[in-house]
Order: sequence, then C-alpha cells, then structure tokens
Amino acid sequence: MTELATDLLVSVLKRATARGATAADAFLVEERHFSATVRLGEVDTVTHAHEQRLSLRVFVGKASAAASTSDLSPGSLERVVDEATRLAHLTAEDPYAGLPDPAELIDRVPDLGLRDASGHDLTPEEKIEIARRAEAAALAADPRITNSEGAEHWDRQARYAYATSSGFARAYATSSFGIAVSPVATRNGEMQRDTWYSMARQRARLEDPAAVGRTAAERALRRLGARKVKTVEVPVIFDPETAASLVRALASAASGPSLYRRASFLCDRLGSRVAAPWVTIVDDGLIAGALGSRPFDGEGLPARRTIVVREGVLESYLLDTYSARKLGLASTHHAARDGSGVTVGTTNLTLRPGTAPPAELIASVTEGFYVTELIGFGVNGVTGDYSRGAVGHWIENGRLAYPVEEVTVAGNLLEMFNAVDGVANDLVLRDRTASPTLKIARMVVAGN
Amino acid sequence: MTDLVHVPPERFFADRFDVTPGLIDRLIGSALKGRVDDADIYLEYCVNEELLLEEGKVKKASRHVSQGAGVRAQAGARTGYAHTDDISLPNLEEAARQARAIASQSSASAIVAVPSGRPHDLYTLPEPPIVTDLARKLDLLASVDQAARAADPRVKQVIASLTSEDAVMLIATAAGWTVGDVRPLTRLNVTVIAEEGGKREIGTYGGGGRVGFDFFLERERWRRFALEAARQATLKLRAIGAPAGTMTVVLGPGWPGILLHEAIGHGLEGDFNRKGVSAFAGRMGQKVASELVTVVDDGTIPNRRGSLNVDDEGTPTGRTVLIDRGVLCGYMQDKLNARLMGMRATGNGRRESYASPPMPRMTNTFMLAGEDDPEDIIRSVTYGLYAVAFGGGQVDITSGKFVFSASEAYLVEDGRITAPVKGATLIGNGPQALTRVGRVGHDLQLDEGIGTCGKDGQSVPVGVGLPTIRIDSLTVGGTEV
Repeated sequence: MTELATDLLVSVLKRATARGATAADAFLVEERHFSATVRLGEVDTVTHAHEQRLSLRVFVGKASAAASTSDLSPGSLERVVDEATRLAHLTAEDPYAGLPDPAELIDRVPDLGLRDASGHDLTPEEKIEIARRAEAAALAADPRITNSEGAEHWDRQARYAYATSSGFARAYATSSFGIAVSPVATRNGEMQRDTWYSMARQRARLEDPAAVGRTAAERALRRLGARKVKTVEVPVIFDPETAASLVRALASAASGPSLYRRASFLCDRLGSRVAAPWVTIVDDGLIAGALGSRPFDGEGLPARRTIVVREGVLESYLLDTYSARKLGLASTHHAARDGSGVTVGTTNLTLRPGTAPPAELIASVTEGFYVTELIGFGVNGVTGDYSRGAVGHWIENGRLAYPVEEVTVAGNLLEMFNAVDGVANDLVLRDRTASPTLKIARMVVAGN
Repeated sequence: MTDLVHVPPERFFADRFDVTPGLIDRLIGSALKGRVDDADIYLEYCVNEELLLEEGKVKKASRHVSQGAGVRAQAGARTGYAHTDDISLPNLEEAARQARAIASQSSASAIVAVPSGRPHDLYTLPEPPIVTDLARKLDLLASVDQAARAADPRVKQVIASLTSEDAVMLIATAAGWTVGDVRPLTRLNVTVIAEEGGKREIGTYGGGGRVGFDFFLERERWRRFALEAARQATLKLRAIGAPAGTMTVVLGPGWPGILLHEAIGHGLEGDFNRKGVSAFAGRMGQKVASELVTVVDDGTIPNRRGSLNVDDEGTPTGRTVLIDRGVLCGYMQDKLNARLMGMRATGNGRRESYASPPMPRMTNTFMLAGEDDPEDIIRSVTYGLYAVAFGGGQVDITSGKFVFSASEAYLVEDGRITAPVKGATLIGNGPQALTRVGRVGHDLQLDEGIGTCGKDGQSVPVGVGLPTIRIDSLTVGGTEV
C-alpha cells in the first residue's frame, strides 16, 4: 500500500508539472476506522469506515492553489490536478510562497512505534465487549449511576504519504485505539454526566476498560449537589484536563498564521516574558508511541523537539514554511495538512511538571475554585481575553468543600500565564496536549 | 468550469457510479426483509471551493471533492453503519455486509417508514454559487478588502473568505423508495484586525445561505459585512472590562438567537430525550419558559442556511413548535428516535456527510416576535448588559447549563446604552433561563447565515433568530467585580 500510495502521488505531481505547475506537493491519507458504542449493556451503534483523501498544492511561479479529493479514480485525479493548476493561474503572486528547501526534507523515516498491526485484529464482537466492560464498570460503581450516554471503543489505522515535485516521497503508518465512557449520576432529580477516556497508539497501552468506567463514574458522582457561588476574585486551580486547554490556547496564539496576520496576543513577544518562570512548554514530535508523534510534518520536514516557552520566556513560535518566511524566521517543522492546504499543528505539546503534588496546591488555597470542566468559546486569541463557563469544586481552607456549576472564570491569558504560582507534578500524556494541575493566583469567578 | 452536471440525483449516481435501483435492492433490500426495522443507503457527491483574501490579495484558493456512500441498518435501538469513500461495487457490498451484521439477531417488526409528504423546493437557483465565474468572486473579495480598509485608518488587516459548495445526495431505503436533493451553500466572511496604540482587536461579520453569488451584491450586502466587521473591531478598541455577576441582559435581534439553540434547542433533540439524559426529559407539557416565549424549528424557509428540502433520511423538513407560549410541546426527531418513542419523524435527521449516521439536529431555530418596542425594552433596564453580537455557544445537555459568548456588548445604565464592554461569556440553566424572559420585541430577525452546529463531532449548517428580548437574570462572565 505504501509503495502504491507514493506511486499515486508521483503520478499526480507529474501531471501537475505537465499542466504548467513549477512546483507541487501532495499528501495522501488513507484510514480504516471501527467504532462500537454500547448503551445500558446493549449495542447501540457499530461503525466501519474506509476513508481516503489526496490533497494537492501547486505553485505556478509565486502563485499557488490547493485541491483535494476523496475520489482517487484516474479521471477524478486528473480533474483535481487541472482545477488546482487553473486556480493557481488566478491567484495573486506571493513572494513568500513555495516548498521547503529539498535539503531540509527528512531523509530516513524513524520508527516511532506509532503502529500496532496486531492490535486491530480483534473481532467486532471482542471490540464491542471492551465497550461493554467499560460501561458496566461505570454502571456498577454506585447506585446513583442510573443512566448512561454509552461507552465507545474505537480503533483506527492510517497511512500517510507525502511527495514533492522535486522527487521526494516518504510514507508512514499509525494505529490508534480509544475507550470513552459517559455515565449519568442522579440524586433528588438532579442529573450530572461526565466522561472519561483512554487513548493509545498500542492496544496494550490502553487503560483497563473497567478502570476507565470507574473513573468516569467518579467524575459524574462528584458533580452531584453542584451549586452556584457568589461573584468573587479568588485563586483558581485548573485540573490537568482543563489546564491543557490553556496550553492549547497559548500554542494557537504562538502559531505562524495568527502571528503574521497580527491576530495574536503573542505578536512581537519572541524572547520576552509571557509566563511565570516555572512555566516551560515543549512540543515534542518524537516521543515513541505517543499520540501526537509523527516522523515528519505536512511538508516533509523531520519532526523535532521545540521549546516554545522556557522558564516563562517565549523562545519559539510554531511555524510552517510559509509563515516562517513571512516572519523572517525558519520553519519549526509544524506544518499540518488540512482540507484547504497547509496550516500549523502541534505534536505532543506539554507544560512541564513541577514538584508539588496537586493536593499541595489545593491545600495552599484558603478560598478558591478548582476547575474540572470548561465549556464555550470565550477566548479572544487577538487580545488574550478569556471568559468561559466552568464546573468544579469550591476550595475552603485548603480542601475541596462542595461542587460548583453555572459560573464563569475570566481573565486574560497573558496575565493568567504570568500569574501561575503553582505547577503540580501530575503530568500524564493522555492526549496530544497535556498539562499538570496549574494554580493561577487570581481570576474572577462570576456567579450570583 | 465544474464537473457537477445538474441532472436528477438518481441519474447522477446511476451514470457516474452505476448505482442503480437493482443494485440498491441487492445491498439493502430483499435480503433484509423481516430482519431489520429500517435500512438505507446514502450517496453523496460534494464539491467545495474556498477563496481566501488576506493582505489585500487572494493568495489561497482551493477546491475539494468529497464523495462516498453510507449504508445503515437498524434493529431495535441498534444501528449498524458502514461508509466508504470509494463508491465501487465491492466496497458497497462490503459496507452493506458490515452494516447488516448488526441485524443478525432477528427483529420482530417489518421494514417500515416510507416518509410521507413530498420534498420541498426551497433553493433551486438559476446559477448555483459553485459555478459562478471566479473572476467575479475575486473582484468581490477585493472590494470587501477596500471597503473595510477605507472604513477606518485603524484597520490593519482584512481577511475575507468566500466559500461555495454544491452537494448532490440520494437516499434509498430498504422499502425501495428513493429521494434525492441538490444543495447549494455559500458564505462570505470578513475578519478585521484593528490596531491603535499597541492595542489590537478583532471584528468578524458575514453571511450567506442556500443562495447564488448575486445574494452578496443585493443592496451591497458585501459592503455592509465589511463595514460591520470594521466597526466591531474599532469599537472594541475602546471597550472596558465586562461586568461580572448576575444581572438583567437584553439580547439584540438576529444571531443572539444562539441563546435558543444552546439553552433549549439541543435539549429538545429526540435522542437525548429517548435516553433520558436531557435536562428537559419528561417535561413535555410543562411550563419551561415565560408565556411570552414561543420557539419553533423551521427547516422550510426558502434559501436559508439551515433549510433542507428533505432531511438526510429523506423526510421532508417541517415547522416544529418546540415551546408554545411557555409550554414545552415538541421534540425534534429523526426516524430512529421517532420510532422508538412512538412519535413522528419531524424532518430533523441530519448528518455531516456520508461518513456519519444521522441524528436529530436543528434546522432554523427562532423565537416568534412579541409586541414590545425594542427601545422601550432597553429603557426598562436600570443596570445590565445589552449584547448584540456573539461568537459560539455550548451546552451540557444533562445538567442543562449552557454558555454563549458575546463579542459585542454594552453596559445599560438607567435605561441608556453607555460604554461598550469586552467580550464575555453568558451562562445559564436551560430549563430556567427562558422563564426569566420579561419582554419580547416586535423585531424578529433571522441571522445572516453564518451558523454551524457541532454535535458528536458532526458539523451541520444551521440558522437562528430572535427578536430583542430582556432576560431578567442571567450570569455575565466579565472581569469587573
């Protein structure tokens, strides 16, 4: 398959050149996906999927255009190439457009342990059983777990191939596996739902389904009895899941397209302080077996480890070739392919852990808010202004006192990262972006 | 210009992929009789074009083709779903085999449900937006850029995008019935970055629908979008911190209807209610809003972004009253949940594409107009927030807590609009929020055609609408205590 994939790309690029493209690159993704959802012990939905998409970028001198198709028949591919080259004749010239220097492209593709060929071999029934066990454990955890939105087990195998008109062609394959459970807890007419999950590149590294189910149940149960609090300015502690969303927001502001458009609160801040000295944020695409790892980026540049923020100082932006040239910098090898061309994407992005156990951060707060879930889209990437709905626990005298809901937390991301005064030691790379528990000195909690 | 030829969908898929009635019957028809409650195959071919202007030039242009087939079989509450991007016979047979596996345990009932009613004709266009000449589109984007920059010297960056799409779909059911639809969709979006004294702000405006390119030229709609985005961005440069706490909130007409989408819309989708996980479960017939409030979901409004001739299961869309003068009276249903709840499918079975099974989704959701004068409503507020533009929203179906984030808002003091305030998230509880609606204006507006709703990872275009309303108590997530 991998050979075929690169052959297909090479033939597409040849046609683009024949149609007048001066340079071109193409990316092919093929994936197979299985998912089983079980609800209240019964099979709910079983999905089998086969997907493929070829995306093409062509340059005619300094003008460019992109096209993609899920139809890989020869006739359709010809039309896509012709459309893209025709579009590239219509778009404006851009002195920064172009492929990376071929000398920078990856030579040998490293084995990052991203594929687990035998992990996909279970029968559909065996896979359904995994979802069933996860949900059953949640339902059995406590009599107050009375309902469920279901449990899902999925696995996905994908192949990625990339080629350029300069003759480069490389490919790699990945596997991923996941379990997610969403139980509902009830008490006195109140209903609360929560979710827990496990994801991995190797089936053997998935957490025990029953353990995932029990954690999901605990998360739903601890929300029962939630109330609103009075509007107040207090220290706010973000649990690892919600803290990771802050790290994602910072990375988005540090990404090339936001910066050259001057649509980021991190504009002109390279080399300056953007966070408290105990904040170090690293993007590492080479961690063996990790969910965000990839041997090369969407432009064939080898993945690497980038320190984005070192001890509070913004040390690197996240750039693809185009945004790097716009900013007079070098690509940091963070190109990602999406439908409409090339964008910037992170790999394994983490805020590095400190030394304190999370309980110690909570114990340091007389009155404050421990956040376990955030909802809504109230983040302004241009100003950093931040206001989101939150769920969690109120902290009184260093202890979690009662669950809280229907409140917001608000501040400004730049001020929040500068006001981090506690980084816990509980970093676990559960997802592509991860953070330990974070304490922020003061934020406004809006409620009654 | 385009490889989409407008022939009827049945012929389109027969000509292009050899998908004929005989093949469909072999895949999901006779073999399944008596073994499943329902089965269908969904074929889709979609062409999408995107043009992006930034720094005064259209530097990005792209074109995308998506095609595929989804085969679904249902038995009881079980769904088997398989989809493939490759519409070829072996792949379709494999997908059908995988989907049917769900029905291996036999089911009592026979295949049911040929939807009643004929498809609407809501968006037949003389020229679909995807086929309009590119030169005209590029000119439009250049004009948008110039208009936004000319509006204010503080405008430093204009990003304008024009997307056009044409999707052909065909649904064939096990009962031997087929229906197709051809769905145009377009959207013009303008983002402006304004800068002054080291401060930067962003303004966004746009619109569209199931309309032709000329929609943007009518009454220079494109110019209005450009000027609105520039006005928002420059206004926000002088915005003060938003207040924090619970207060009176007045929502302006149109897009602020996202309140309805989040506060009650999702909670009234059939799947969450069948499963008993919605905060509205079991509340049918109860009072869940002030008697000033009537809310409908209507997929039949011509040319609207959220409208459909038939939903993605082939059921003609309709107008469903969700709340009638404060009383909960309707759910939005797809076929599966309607069957399991003993209700009628309402034409709300929607899917992002062939790659996902359908589920109950909203179309255009809005509140009917009241009688109050909008200015009187503002005059009636001693202290509060007046919010006229919003970003996105989200809801926790089970607890009923919802948020939506204001991007343009003002303080109201002693009945007068005073200072603009920074964006803030508003948070409330679905079953309570609408009970606190104290005034409803006579100025119902639908949004400009920008909404996209996400559920379970599936995005679909939707519309919302609202008259000016006053909510007597809602929590505003500002920074000023």
